[in-house]
Amino acid sequence: MFHICLLMFSPQNYPLYIRSVPSQNELKFHYTVHTSLDVVEEKVSAVGKSLADQRELYLGLLYPTEDYKVYGYVTNSKVKFVIVVDSSNTSLRDNEIRSMFRKLHNSFTDVMCNPFYNPGDPIQSKAFNGIVSGMMVQTG
Amino acid sequence: MTQGLRTSRRCSGDAGPTDSTELHREALPNNKALFGGYFHGVPPLKHMESQEEKPVIYTMENKPIVTCAGDQSLFTSLYTSLAQQLPREPMEWRRTYGRAPKMIHLEANFVQFKEELLPKEGNKALLTFPFLHIYWTDCCDTETYKSSVKEDMMRWQNTLRSHSSADWVIIVVETNDTKKKNKPNILPRSSIVDKIRSDFCNKQNDRCVVLSDPLKDSSRSLESWNSLLLKLRTLLLMSFTKNLGRFEDDMRTLREKRTQPGWSFCEYFMVQEELAFVFEMLQQFEDALVQYDELDALFTQYVLNFGAGDTANWLGSFCAPVRNWSGLLLRRPIDMEKRDSIQRGEASLLDLRSYLFSRQCTLLIFLQRPWEVTQRALELLHNCVQELRLLEVSVIDGALDCWVFLSCLEVLHRIEGCCDQAQLAANCSHTVGLWAYATDKLKSLGELCGLVSKNGPTSEDLNRTVDLLAGLGDERPETVNSLQSPYKKLKEALSSVEAFERHYLELSHAAMEMYQAIGRLRSARLVGKSLAEFYMRKGDPERAETFLQEALKSYVSEGWSLPVTHTRKQIAECQKLLGRTEDYLQTSALLAGDVNLSTEERKHFCQEILTFAGRSGNQSHKVTLSMNVFAQLTRLQFHPAAASVHSGAVLQVELTLRCLMPVSVRIQQLAASIHFDIDHGGTLKRSKGTLRNANQGTIEFKQGNSSAGPPSSAAAGPALEMDEIQDRSPSDNSLNSVGVVCKNTHLIIRRRENGSPPETSNCVSPPAVAMKEGGQMLKVQNVTLEPGNNSITFTAPSGQPGTYMLRQLCATMGEVQFVLSHIYPSVRYEVYSQEPQLTVEPLSEPLLAGMPQLVKFTLLTGHYTVKKGDALQLSNTETMPILPSSSCTARISSPEAELVGESVLSIQSSEKVTSISLPPTPPYHVLEFQLEVLCIIPSGSERPANERLTNGEVRHRPRSYSHPDTPMTAIDQRMSIDCPWSIYSTLLALTFYIPFKTKHSLLSAGNRKYIQVCVQNVSDMNFTLADMKLTEKQHSSLELQSFNTKTNQLLCSKHSVFCLWEVRWKDDLPSCLQCVFSANFSPLNQDSSAFKPFHYQFQLERVTTLYSVRAEILPPAGEQHCRSGLVCELEVCITRLTEPSEGEVAEDSKTDTDGLKTTKLMYEVADSSSNWAVCGKSSGMVLMPLRVNATHKVQIEVMPLFAGHLPFPKIKVLKYLPHNAAAAIQPDPDSCVENDSLSLLDKALDDQGDTASIRSRGSVHSVGSSDQQQRGVAMPRLEPFSPGQVFNNSHSQQVLVLPTADDHIMEVNAT
Repeated sequence: MFHICLLMFSPQNYPLYIRSVPSQNELKFHYTVHTSLDVVEEKVSAVGKSLADQRELYLGLLYPTEDYKVYGYVTNSKVKFVIVVDSSNTSLRDNEIRSMFRKLHNSFTDVMCNPFYNPGDPIQSKAFNGIVSGMMVQTG
Repeated sequence: MTQGLRTSRRCSGDAGPTDSTELHREALPNNKALFGGYFHGVPPLKHMESQEEKPVIYTMENKPIVTCAGDQSLFTSLYTSLAQQLPREPMEWRRTYGRAPKMIHLEANFVQFKEELLPKEGNKALLTFPFLHIYWTDCCDTETYKSSVKEDMMRWQNTLRSHSSADWVIIVVETNDTKKKNKPNILPRSSIVDKIRSDFCNKQNDRCVVLSDPLKDSSRSLESWNSLLLKLRTLLLMSFTKNLGRFEDDMRTLREKRTQPGWSFCEYFMVQEELAFVFEMLQQFEDALVQYDELDALFTQYVLNFGAGDTANWLGSFCAPVRNWSGLLLRRPIDMEKRDSIQRGEASLLDLRSYLFSRQCTLLIFLQRPWEVTQRALELLHNCVQELRLLEVSVIDGALDCWVFLSCLEVLHRIEGCCDQAQLAANCSHTVGLWAYATDKLKSLGELCGLVSKNGPTSEDLNRTVDLLAGLGDERPETVNSLQSPYKKLKEALSSVEAFERHYLELSHAAMEMYQAIGRLRSARLVGKSLAEFYMRKGDPERAETFLQEALKSYVSEGWSLPVTHTRKQIAECQKLLGRTEDYLQTSALLAGDVNLSTEERKHFCQEILTFAGRSGNQSHKVTLSMNVFAQLTRLQFHPAAASVHSGAVLQVELTLRCLMPVSVRIQQLAASIHFDIDHGGTLKRSKGTLRNANQGTIEFKQGNSSAGPPSSAAAGPALEMDEIQDRSPSDNSLNSVGVVCKNTHLIIRRRENGSPPETSNCVSPPAVAMKEGGQMLKVQNVTLEPGNNSITFTAPSGQPGTYMLRQLCATMGEVQFVLSHIYPSVRYEVYSQEPQLTVEPLSEPLLAGMPQLVKFTLLTGHYTVKKGDALQLSNTETMPILPSSSCTARISSPEAELVGESVLSIQSSEKVTSISLPPTPPYHVLEFQLEVLCIIPSGSERPANERLTNGEVRHRPRSYSHPDTPMTAIDQRMSIDCPWSIYSTLLALTFYIPFKTKHSLLSAGNRKYIQVCVQNVSDMNFTLADMKLTEKQHSSLELQSFNTKTNQLLCSKHSVFCLWEVRWKDDLPSCLQCVFSANFSPLNQDSSAFKPFHYQFQLERVTTLYSVRAEILPPAGEQHCRSGLVCELEVCITRLTEPSEGEVAEDSKTDTDGLKTTKLMYEVADSSSNWAVCGKSSGMVLMPLRVNATHKVQIEVMPLFAGHLPFPKIKVLKYLPHNAAAAIQPDPDSCVENDSLSLLDKALDDQGDTASIRSRGSVHSVGSSDQQQRGVAMPRLEPFSPGQVFNNSHSQQVLVLPTADDHIMEVNAT
C-alpha cells in the first residue's frame, strides 16, 4: 500500500483540506508538505513574472525527498493543491498527477459554488470527500 | 605513451604526425591506457583548480583518426599547415533521423597508415576508428607512376577494400620544382592525375585531389589549399555520417534484442558509451549527454520493471550486497575502475549509478550547466536509495547514509570547483537541497553511531562505526592531500562526539543560512527543528527551545495543527527541563486541550497542571495562565434578558464555559471582575443597553477552534459589529439622518502582517495576563468543570445605579490561575434607579367633555416605596370635578407585568382637595387605578376672573381651541397633584373634546321676532337631546314661545338639530337680549339619569325692526307685464316702523330746520345675478324723519335682461353717518366690512357724480385705509344695520318678465 496525501491550502497557506491514506505517518507528511510550500511560493511568484506561463496551473514536482514526491498545483485564486506520493510509487507519473489535480480543481470549483460554503473555511463537503476518496482508491 | 599523445598535440607545430604504432592496440584497453593515467601527478587540491579543468583539454586530445599512406616525407612537409588549417573553417554537419544540423570544427589526428589500424570485423570501437584514409603522392612522372606508385596505391586500395572501408582520398601534390625537373619527359601534368582517376576513381572523381604549390605563398596555392581542405572536411563528415549511422543502427539493433535471454546491459552500455565518446570527441557534448541519459533511462526502466516483477538476468549483478559506499567520484573525467567493473559485469548498482552520474556531470560542466548537476545529483541520490530498496539489495545500516553524505559533499565540491563565490551565492537555491540532505544524513549517522546521545557511543555503536568506515575503503588518490575532502570529513565526524557536533552544526547552519537567504523560511525552520532535536538529545534544551518556538510560530500562523501539536510537545519537554514552570504549565494546558493528542497524553498534561496546582502554596504568587487554552467562554446569558435592572433587583449571569481539559477539573473559585461606571444620564437613558442586548440578553462568543485548529473563519477577520445611529433634531425630535456605524473598525482595519491570520489564542508564548485587582467581582466558589460545556450562574451585584462591564474572567485552582484578560465582545449590564412617575391617560380616546369619562392613573413607583397612608392630593377644579365612585380598585403589578395585588382605594373629597390614599406598594412596581372625571362644557362667552388654587397657584382656565385632527373643540384640562414623594406638585393635562357645536340666529317677520338655535353633533357618538329650553335673563316680561314639539330629540353623529322660539313682549322690545339655551343630553340608549346638562349662552343686540323696505316693479307704460330689454320702474318704499329710541336720537340724528328729527339712510340697488341692468342712478341718499310711519319712496329705472320669473334686484339700506357724528360712534370692530361697503359705494357714487364730499372722501380713503386715519380725519361713514333692524318685505319676491315681442333672435338652450 502506497501512501498518498492530498492537501489544499488557502492563499494564506493554512490548510483547507487534508486527506492522507493511510493515516499513519501523517505528521511526517505534514512537515514535508509545509516545507514544500516554500517551493510553491517560489514557483508561484516566478510564474507571476512571466505572463505567458500564467495559464499553467500545474507546478510540477516541487520537492523531491528520499521518501516522497511532492507535486503542486495552484488555482487562479491562489489556492494551492499539493499531492504527496511515495517515491516508490512508480505508477503515478506526471500525467496521472496532472489529471488528478484537474479533477480536484473541478470539484473544488463545485465546493466554491456552494453558497453555504464560506471561502477560507475547511472543506467538509461530502461530495468532495467522495471524489477524493475515489481518486485515492484508484491511484493508491 | 599518453605523454606522447599530449606532446603531439602540444607540439604539433613541429613534431609531425604521431607514430601510429601507439594506436596499434585493441580499442578498449587502449582507451584505458589513454585515460587511465591521465591525471597522474595532478594533485586534486583546490588551488589546483585550473589543473582540474584538464578534462576539457582531454576531450580535445582525442581527435578523429586519419591515416596517411604514400609519400611520408611529402606529408610530413605539409602536415603543419594541414593540421592548422583544417579546423579553421566550420562545416555544417547534416544529420540523419531529422536531427538538427550542426556547425562543426573538424580536427584530425593524422597517423601513418597501417593495416592494423583498420578495425576488424565485429569490432565496435569507434574512438580508434580511422574515418579517412589519405594517399599522398607528388609523382609526376608517368614511368615512376607506372612502376611503383600505382602498385603501392593498388596495395593500399586493396587493403582498404578488404576492410570495406570506402573513405579514402588520393592527394596529388604538384610543385613547380617538380614540373621543371620533369620537363624533359614532356608528359602533361594532368595526365598523372587523369591516370590515377581512371585507375582508381571510377565515377568518383572527387576522390582524387590536386594540391598545387602548397609551400608557396601564391593565390594559386591558396586556392588549391582551400579546395583541398574543403574536400577533406566534406569527406570526413561524410565518413562520420556514414560510419556513425552504421554504428547507431547496429546499436539500435542490439538494443532491440534486450528482451532476449543472453542480452546484457553492461555490454550494451559499452556500445552506447562508445558513441558518447565520439560525440564528446567531436565536442558534441549535448549529443554525448543524450547517450548517457538514454542509458540512464533504460536502466531505470529495468529497475522499475524489476519492481513490477519482471526480472532480467543481468540485473543480478546489481542486486549484490553493497560493500563499498565511497560516494560519487567526480574529479576524474572517466572513472576507469568503475568502467572496468561495468565492463566485466561486476559493477554494483551504486557503481553503475556513480559512473553514469560522473560522466553526466562531466558533460554538464562542459556545457556550463553546473546547476543542473546539483539538481540531477539530488534526484540521483533519492533515486538510488529508492532503487536499492526496490531491488532489495542488502545494505548495512548507515551505509547509504554514508554514501549519500559523501556524494552530496562531492557534488558540492565539484560545483564549487568550477564556479566562483559570487555565482555560488547567487545559486544557493540549487545547492541548498544537497546541503540539507547531507545534514540530514549526517544527523542520522550520528544517531546511529551513538554520537548524539548524552553519554557518547556504546561499544555496539563503535562496532557499527568501524563497519561503516570499512565500507568507505581508502581515500582516493585525488583527495589524499585535500584537507577538506568529504572522505576526511565523514571519517572525522564519525570519530568523536565533538567532531561530529562541529561538523553537524556547521552543515546545519550552512543549510539554514542558505534557506533563509533564498527566502525558504519554512525549510529553514524545519532544519532548525531538526537542530533542536539534536540539542535536546545533547541535553541542551535552552538552545533547542529557540528553534522550536521559531518553528511553532510558523505552524501556528498557518494553522497546521499536527506540526503545532508535535512541536508544542517538544517545547513542553524543553520547558520542563528548563524549569520554566509558568511556560510549561501554559504549554501543558494547550496540550491538554489538544484534540490531536491521545486521551492519555492529554490526561498526562492535564495532570501536570493539577499536580502543580495542588502543591502547597509556599510560593509567593500564583501562576497566571491564559484561560483560552483551558476553557473557552462560549456564551453569556442575562436573566432577565434585558440586562437592565433597577437597583437592588436580582440579575443573574449565566456563563457557558467550554472546558477543554480531558478530565473534570475542580476549581476553587471562578470570578469575573467588573468595571463599574456611574451612569451620568440619569435613570432612564437605557436605549444603548437595550440595543446592545437586542438578542434576548444572550451573547455568543466566537472562538477559534480548539487550540491547534485551523484559524478557519478567523482569516476573514473578526465579524463586523454594526450599530444603528439616528441623529435627531434636539428641538422637535425629528429625524435628521440615519446611519450605520462599525464599532470594531480598529480590529477589522488592522494591518495584517505577512497575510497571516490574526490568531491570538494559539500564541506561542502565553500572553501577559494580569488579573486586575479591586473593583467588584462576580464569584462562584468550588465549581467542577466537566469536559465540554459547563453552565455557571453568577448573581450580579446591582446595588448602585450605573453601567457594569464584565472585564476579566479568572479561574483559580490552587496555585494556578487561568485568566481571560479581556472579554470580547464587551458585556455590560445596567442598573438604574428610577424616580416615581405618575401618568394620567384617558381610558378611551377621545375624552368627551360634559360626560363622565374614565381616566387611568398609572404610578411607576421607581425607587420609592409607597407606605401606608400615602395619598395623592388632587386639587379640585370646578370645570373638572372628580366623580365619587363607590368601588375604585387599584392594581399593583410587578415590573414583569405580573399582578401582585389589588386593593380598594379610599377617596375622600373635601371642598378643595380630593385625596386618594394609596395602598402600600413596593418599589419598581406599577400601581394602576381608574377615576371618573367630568369636564364641564364651558357655556359660551362667560369669562370669570382668575382664581387661585388651594396651593396658591394660578388656576389656569381651561381654554377651548379647535384641534386640527378633529372637528371637535378641544379643552385642555390641567390637574395639579401633590405626591407624597415630592414637595412639588405634579401638573398633568388632559384634553377633552366638546361633542357639540352651537349656533344661533335672529329671524324677523315685520315686527315679530324669532330666535333659532342650531345644535350640531360633531362627535362620533349619537346622543339624545332633551328639555331644550331658551331663557332670557334680564327681561321678565319677555315671553319666549317654543315651537319645538319633541322633548327628546335624537342627535346622530354629524347631524344637527334646530330649535325655534318666538319672542313676545308686552311693552317694548328691549334692544338687547341675554339668552341661555339649555338642554340635557346623554349618549343614546341610556337611562334618564345619565342626562347631563348643556348650556349655550348668547346675546342678541338691536333686535327691534326699525325700517321696512318694500319694492315694486312696474311694467313700462302701456304694458301689462315687464318685457326683457324694456326699461321698467323699480319703486322702493322705505317705512319707519318704530319710534326712535333714545340712543338712536343722540347718536346719528340731526334736527332739521323745521324741527323735525331726521336721519340719513343710504339705499343701493344691486343685482348680483345679472338679471337686471340698473339704468341711471342705482344708489342714493334718503333723508328719513324719525317718526313712525314716515315713508320715503324712490324710483329707479331697471331693465330686465332675461325673460321669466326674475327675482327682484337686491336693495340694501345702510346708515349714513355724517362726519361730525363719526367720533361719537362706537367704532365697529369689524372695520373691514365697512371698507367693503365703502368701496362698493364708491363705485356706485361714481355714476352718480353729485356728492362731491363723498367723492373727496373716497379719494382720501384710497390714499390711506387704516382705521386710525379715518377716525382722525372723521370722515362720513356708512354703517350696516343689524340683521333684525331692517325688514325687507319683498325679499325673494319675483316678477314675470315676458320676452320682447319682435325677438329676431331665438335663443335655444339645449341641455
